[in-house]
Amino acid sequence: MSKGDFSGVWIYAGHDGSKIDRATLELLGVGRKIAEKIGAELSAVLIGCGIKHFAYELISYGADKVYLVEHEELKYYTTLPYAKVLTDLIAGEKPEIVLFAANTTGRDLAPRIAARLKTGLTADCTDLDVGDYEDKASGKLYKNILYQIRPAFGGDVIATIVTPERRPQMATVRPGIFELPKKNPGRDGEIIQCRIELGKNEEQAVEILKIVKEERGEANLKDAKIIVGGGRGVGGPEGFKLIRELAKVLSGQVGASRAAVDAGWISYSHQIGLTGQTVRPDIYIACGISGAVQHVIGVKNAKIIIAINKDPHAPIFDFADYGIVGDLFEILPVLIEKLKNIKAKHKTLRKMVNVQFRGLTWKTIK
Amino acid sequence: MPPVNIIVLIKQVPDPKAHVSIKEDGTLDRERAKAVINPYDRYAIEAALKVKEKLGAKVIALSMGPPKAEDALREALAMGVDEAILLSDRRLAGSDTLATSYALSRAIRKIGHYDLILCGMETVDGNTGQVGPEIAEHLGIPQITYVENFEIRDGFVRAKRLIEGGYEILRSKLPVLLTITNTGEEPRCATFLGVVKAVKKDIVVCSIDDIGVEEDSVGLKGSPTKVKKIERAVLCRSKYIVKGGSVEEIVDNLLKKLEEDGIDLVMMSE
Repeated sequence: MSKGDFSGVWIYAGHDGSKIDRATLELLGVGRKIAEKIGAELSAVLIGCGIKHFAYELISYGADKVYLVEHEELKYYTTLPYAKVLTDLIAGEKPEIVLFAANTTGRDLAPRIAARLKTGLTADCTDLDVGDYEDKASGKLYKNILYQIRPAFGGDVIATIVTPERRPQMATVRPGIFELPKKNPGRDGEIIQCRIELGKNEEQAVEILKIVKEERGEANLKDAKIIVGGGRGVGGPEGFKLIRELAKVLSGQVGASRAAVDAGWISYSHQIGLTGQTVRPDIYIACGISGAVQHVIGVKNAKIIIAINKDPHAPIFDFADYGIVGDLFEILPVLIEKLKNIKAKHKTLRKMVNVQFRGLTWKTIK
Repeated sequence: MPPVNIIVLIKQVPDPKAHVSIKEDGTLDRERAKAVINPYDRYAIEAALKVKEKLGAKVIALSMGPPKAEDALREALAMGVDEAILLSDRRLAGSDTLATSYALSRAIRKIGHYDLILCGMETVDGNTGQVGPEIAEHLGIPQITYVENFEIRDGFVRAKRLIEGGYEILRSKLPVLLTITNTGEEPRCATFLGVVKAVKKDIVVCSIDDIGVEEDSVGLKGSPTKVKKIERAVLCRSKYIVKGGSVEEIVDNLLKKLEEDGIDLVMMSE
């Protein structure tokens, strides 16, 4: 779509029928920031069946308006019906910006809609901002453009992408990067119930036969305070026993680099990095991880990073607050033993500890 | 059932396994890596070949890229793909996902009959995962993304789609576009015989004129997104490195330093 009178910031509110996705709440936080910068309203689009109560929650987390679309056929997410509802709403209401979480739903839905509206879409943004954009070729200046910021070329560089001419400006935003906004149950907002027409054949091309929730020791990395990660240096599935043991002593979770997952030593649900999850634990302990940018991007929001690697030149040491140069198969058993001892002592001596956020500096090198 | 017509979309990417290190000046040194088939696309090729073995299928590999992307297609032929088409044209340079998906959708229309379009869930250089769904939209066919495995039965596809914390089983009519994860069947390697056969095969190279695409709808001009700026990213932290001494000393050293800095791992874990 070309530019007309487009205004407002929209987020797509994902849920599984029982709760709103955490990534959606994060979107409300960053959406709020963008909406305030351009002086616009923040709206959420909520699609499903029997989910009106979620609308109040979206408002309490920062939405000014909630477009509520309820229909029995829309109980579970499927691409085509949801794409139709959302494109119809966008065509009618003309938001300037539409944001999605970069999860399996957002990454399925957003490109479908962007292609239908013939507009731009930037995937997996790790930051969003607003500013001017000058088109070098035409010399035209665009005001208040959405800066869609993301790692590119496997994470070697950070690119700022803009969609100057087409509307809406669309982006998917990486989960786990932005903090949850504060909940304010007393916030005012408006709920707009939308009537929709469904039932055409082409919208029902795909049918859900089954949805299966799998625990299978699924790594809950998003909320973990402490994560112990293993990489190529761990050497095999056996080596992950040590990683798991350290994680257990620290009541933490187990993470892994792509090298370890690709080698089949641990499942993809543990993968941290550009391909994989983005995490923000208090402590990240990287064991046998070389420090490829692809991995480091996923842990850069950790408050403290401790690296153990036998190669003193491993790039991971550049990203770490603390490092041990040594063989993890020698270091970890001793570390685990000592931590166990300290833990035993601590049982009688408990006190609160505050972790200082160790600021992370981004250097720009021309 | 007549043989299934499958189009597999592949992209040639820099080898993701190539070593990346930090140079003295703090910038990244990416070893001049060889180009390979996008690893996720290999799983798509494998999935197509499995269908071929089971039901009988004609598998066409389609790629868009510079002339040297022929190497990727040649490898796909060696793995067992029947035909290969390369969409290569200078006027495509700078295409974003919308322009890329548009050009590829036109090439697919030109190929004509297809039951199944397969591609990797994303590429390891772009990491967007957008081109697949955008092609499905341009073609007006359904899509299922993040497919670990699937089967074709009674003219329908039944697919296992991975989602956060589990999976879905979906059924779609044909034709459909599927994006394939790297958690399914391991892709095969090209055999010697396959390589020999592949050398003899022709790779069809076409331009945007051949597929009826106007210059303005692709390349930089046809791309709604523009790159405002690119920065080299270097992440730095205050580093305290412990080395030398016995293992015992090293670990004690670290724990002592952490304690001085007010960081108590055990406390924090509680």
